[in-house]
Amino acid sequence: MSDALEQLLYLVAAVLFIVGLRRLGNPATARAGNMVSGLGMLLAIVVTLFDRAILSYTTIAAGILVGSVLGVWMARAVKMTSMPQMVALLNGLGGGASLLVSGAEFLRAELVGEQVPVDTGVTIQLGILIGAVTLTGSLIAYGKLEELITGRPITFRGQQALNALLFLAIVALSVYQLATPDPLLWPFYAVAALSLLIGVLLVLPIGGADMPVVISLLNSYSGIAAAMTGFVIGNSVLIISGALVGSSGIILSQIMSKAMNRSLTNVLFGAFGAQAGSTAKSSAGLAVQSVTPEDAALRLAYARRVIIVPGYGMAVAQSQHQVRELAELIERKGGEVKYAIHPVAGRMPGHMNVLLAEANVPYDRLYDMDEINDQFEEADVALVIGANDVVNPAARSDPSSPIYGMPILNVDKAKSVIVMKRSMASGFAGIENELFYDPKTSMLFGDAKKSLTQLVSEVKSV
Amino acid sequence: MTDALVTGIVIFTLATFLGVALIQRVPPTLHTPLMSGANAVSGITVVGALVVAGSGHGWISTVLGFLAIVFAMINVAGGYAVTDRMLGMFKKSPAAAPAESGTVRSDGAGRAA
Repeated sequence: MSDALEQLLYLVAAVLFIVGLRRLGNPATARAGNMVSGLGMLLAIVVTLFDRAILSYTTIAAGILVGSVLGVWMARAVKMTSMPQMVALLNGLGGGASLLVSGAEFLRAELVGEQVPVDTGVTIQLGILIGAVTLTGSLIAYGKLEELITGRPITFRGQQALNALLFLAIVALSVYQLATPDPLLWPFYAVAALSLLIGVLLVLPIGGADMPVVISLLNSYSGIAAAMTGFVIGNSVLIISGALVGSSGIILSQIMSKAMNRSLTNVLFGAFGAQAGSTAKSSAGLAVQSVTPEDAALRLAYARRVIIVPGYGMAVAQSQHQVRELAELIERKGGEVKYAIHPVAGRMPGHMNVLLAEANVPYDRLYDMDEINDQFEEADVALVIGANDVVNPAARSDPSSPIYGMPILNVDKAKSVIVMKRSMASGFAGIENELFYDPKTSMLFGDAKKSLTQLVSEVKSV
Repeated sequence: MTDALVTGIVIFTLATFLGVALIQRVPPTLHTPLMSGANAVSGITVVGALVVAGSGHGWISTVLGFLAIVFAMINVAGGYAVTDRMLGMFKKSPAAAPAESGTVRSDGAGRAA
């Protein structure tokens, strides 16, 4: 295959990615869009297999086979509730691949005694740095989401100074590497090792509830790492695709941090939620009213308008199917059910939407915060399932609260509120929620799945 | 700076703006599949991995290339398959789409990749 033809076919692949991503933006065309994008990938891979530089196909065949089998198996086996972990892991592997390709390109040039031009050298170092940070950062995010390590921020004194120092060391080593004419290998390995370390250190201080931002950002890094690899091997399809992914991740992380009323810097370096129980307002002397499943079921059965507010607790209890069942029963009794989704509910952007889609809830019943916030006043019952900080009125009313200014769902405006919660433990931010002490709020304590199952059978018998 | 680098920077910048324009229109309900779908695209590094693994520059290149292919292919195959599985679950209300009423969700097996 001639070089020109190869380049043109890569361009076709890039166009397929663009068309595919565009179609991913509409629920009706999204699935076909994903196929189009996949077709682009297939084309890019096939074109590459005809590259004249490729002499042996044994390693390639083995690698493709092992990777594809593992990938498809993971995609089939993963539970929808574990989707954030899955995406974190995939991000990490993408970053790892970029790290390996950049590294291999450097080693190849060193071994054959080829003089690496400075600009290629710079992109190699960048590819290694970003790829390594994506790899280890994603693995830490995975560990936090899978609860292999604590979801609370892990902080220590001088953490940011250490990160800055490590970063400076990486820059210094890279410059030294590029400036010395001798083929030196140790600075290369040192840069790789320090970059892997910095990835770990950057994600450790970020708390579980901030994961939607972190995953979006790592998604962006994996794209930028791919683009850097494109610079290294001089392939424009990598640069284009990498840039597309890079910008999509950045946009999502901006949307997420905006939904928390915090800057990206604050999310990344603020170690939010580090001091557990830093109560802005004391709950002393306030009483909550709990409600039995029977009474809650009665109120839901006779409600005309119900808004369901799912949160991470629904994902933890894996109770999305029971939620849908309950909603259908309420509708059969003549009520209307809508779902209110906060942008940062769950552990990744759109987490709740995927879970409810899995439970067969039509996507047009799911409303964004801006669409539904005015409708709470007319709701007879707002049913909060495992959500806390995103419904805390302190975000509107209490300037001393750490979450003050964060846009919230106006659950407190509903005529009555039922909150399903495990216990009175405070939410991720460690703040008391005055919604729970509101006279019109009833608490239904217990595991969300059990409570919902009870509610379903009670509503049935009303 | 070489011409290739300059061209690369031009392409990168334009593609970034294109990406911003594309992604801003995506409704929040699709953010998770968007992310996993975009993630699959970043597996394009496999193109570089294939050349590294197949060009026979000694065992280090071959080993690193093999690992890079495995990583990237998990990213690609897993990313497309899981996105397809998720998108297969997104359905409209039965009233709006009567043909779909009563359909049971497929087993969700990915077809892409």
